[in-house]
Amino acid sequence: MPDIATVLQQARRSLAIARKDIRIYYSKGPVIIFGVLFPVFLFLSFTIGRHLSADFMIPGLLGMILFFTATSVSPIVIPWEAQARTLERLMSCPVKIETIIVGDILASFAFGLAISLVPILIGLFLGITILSPFVFALAVILAALCFACLGTVFSIPPTNMPSTVNMIAAVVKFPVVFISGIFIPLDELPAWGQAIAYISPLTYFTDIARYSIQGQGHLPAALDLLVLLAFTAIFLVVATKLHQRTMPKRI
Amino acid sequence: MNNDVAIQVANLSKYYGQLLAVDHISFTVRRGEFFGFLGPNGAGKTTTLRMLTGVIRADEGSASILEYKAGSLKAKQVTGVVPEMANAYADLSGWDNLMLMAGLYGILAGVARERGTSLMRETGLYPRKDSLVKTYSKGMKQRLILCLALVSDPEVLFLDEPTSGLDVQSARLIKDMLQRLNANGKTIFLTTHDMEEANQLCDRVAIINEGKIVAIDAPEKLRMAVSGMHSIEVSFDNVVSPEVLANFSGVNTVKKLGDKWRLYTGNPGELVVSLINYSSSNGPKIISLNTLSPSLEDAFMALTEKKGKDA
Repeated sequence: MPDIATVLQQARRSLAIARKDIRIYYSKGPVIIFGVLFPVFLFLSFTIGRHLSADFMIPGLLGMILFFTATSVSPIVIPWEAQARTLERLMSCPVKIETIIVGDILASFAFGLAISLVPILIGLFLGITILSPFVFALAVILAALCFACLGTVFSIPPTNMPSTVNMIAAVVKFPVVFISGIFIPLDELPAWGQAIAYISPLTYFTDIARYSIQGQGHLPAALDLLVLLAFTAIFLVVATKLHQRTMPKRI
Repeated sequence: MNNDVAIQVANLSKYYGQLLAVDHISFTVRRGEFFGFLGPNGAGKTTTLRMLTGVIRADEGSASILEYKAGSLKAKQVTGVVPEMANAYADLSGWDNLMLMAGLYGILAGVARERGTSLMRETGLYPRKDSLVKTYSKGMKQRLILCLALVSDPEVLFLDEPTSGLDVQSARLIKDMLQRLNANGKTIFLTTHDMEEANQLCDRVAIINEGKIVAIDAPEKLRMAVSGMHSIEVSFDNVVSPEVLANFSGVNTVKKLGDKWRLYTGNPGELVVSLINYSSSNGPKIISLNTLSPSLEDAFMALTEKKGKDA
């Protein structure tokens, strides 16, 4: 069990890695395309001409943008570094593999959080009211962290091609968007549809966002937060354990 | 553990599937020693270095850096590494790469700035410190990578082919810098297949072939240990066939090197007399004639080929 001093030391080094990721990877093409442009165009294609209210649209738009942005940075960093031959240097530094993973997660988390302000500001401009601001803020932060952790799960296979990781991520992300109550509320889904929806972490964020803005959700808000927390813990543990096995294979 | 020991390796092994890439190797490097690790491509040099620097795990055996287990945070903290074919971050400036590395080693900002400035001045990179690394030449990148390895002021420095493919000036600068570092007490572990480099720099060298260490000694002792590898380099003013030269008594091998011939022999004195007699009795005139001791390269070839034949 590491002592407190080691934990704090590694936390500081995770922040150094996150700062490096922010400076290098935020402007990379795949991050802009899959993290920003794609969710916006996807959302517009499903909402234009459907006369939906802002109260209904904004939680869905926010959920989708947060999901895509927070999962856009963390999957590509490790394969990109392996391909650019910077990973071996990083691994020979006095940092644990968990420290590298947490650094990548923090960079992805910050990206998701920053971009999610755009749909929130659009919503406020369109006149929506956030009825439970504290719960809403907590949910946005927790969901951004959860999705950033999910992003590092996508990069577990030891490929050094960022495009391959993006393909793996896309295969998971697109179905998730359609089963998470973004375009069709959970209440209107059949029982089997709801059963599928419950396996998606995005479902719980969309639900709590609707609760915060529309005043009612399908599930209790506390349950949504708890499940998001559980998903975050599972993704984090899976990512750190499996990257320990696969990261040396990239060298 | 003995305080004079910087690197201790015992029965270290690594498998890649069925292939035994590193086969139960053991050696010790003393503090302050310049230790060369030589071997042909695929011999296991880089795999060994990666196990010592904690990038990959050994399947068997153990290794320690100073008193710490190789690969542990404490071992990495006292180690600087120049990996083979490694790059700095191309989208960051040279200076930002240095400060990032200092952050990953927990170096205080003021100390990092002071060391970074000093290292970049010493390597001639300071005028370009704020340029993105993607605009650096190959020699500049390699000098920067050496700076990255030194910003934490490590006690032990691992370098994997640091001068491979570099221009003469950059290679000379790096070699001079390594000699100064070693003179100041740093322990240096250098993998290379450049025999001349190992001969110039190293106190001792280990030769690894097919995953096994075949010799460890001072370069001079290794050279002298190779019997029958003395040679004579001779050039004539006219064409001489290799068959004629091979027929001289005591000649083991004949090699053509440009306009010269190199004749390997166990008895150089007798061969010199034979060549002079051949030339003076209506043979072609000798333009130059030099006797050569076995080089480290000869020792390396003898040791690695012998093992190859034995296998």
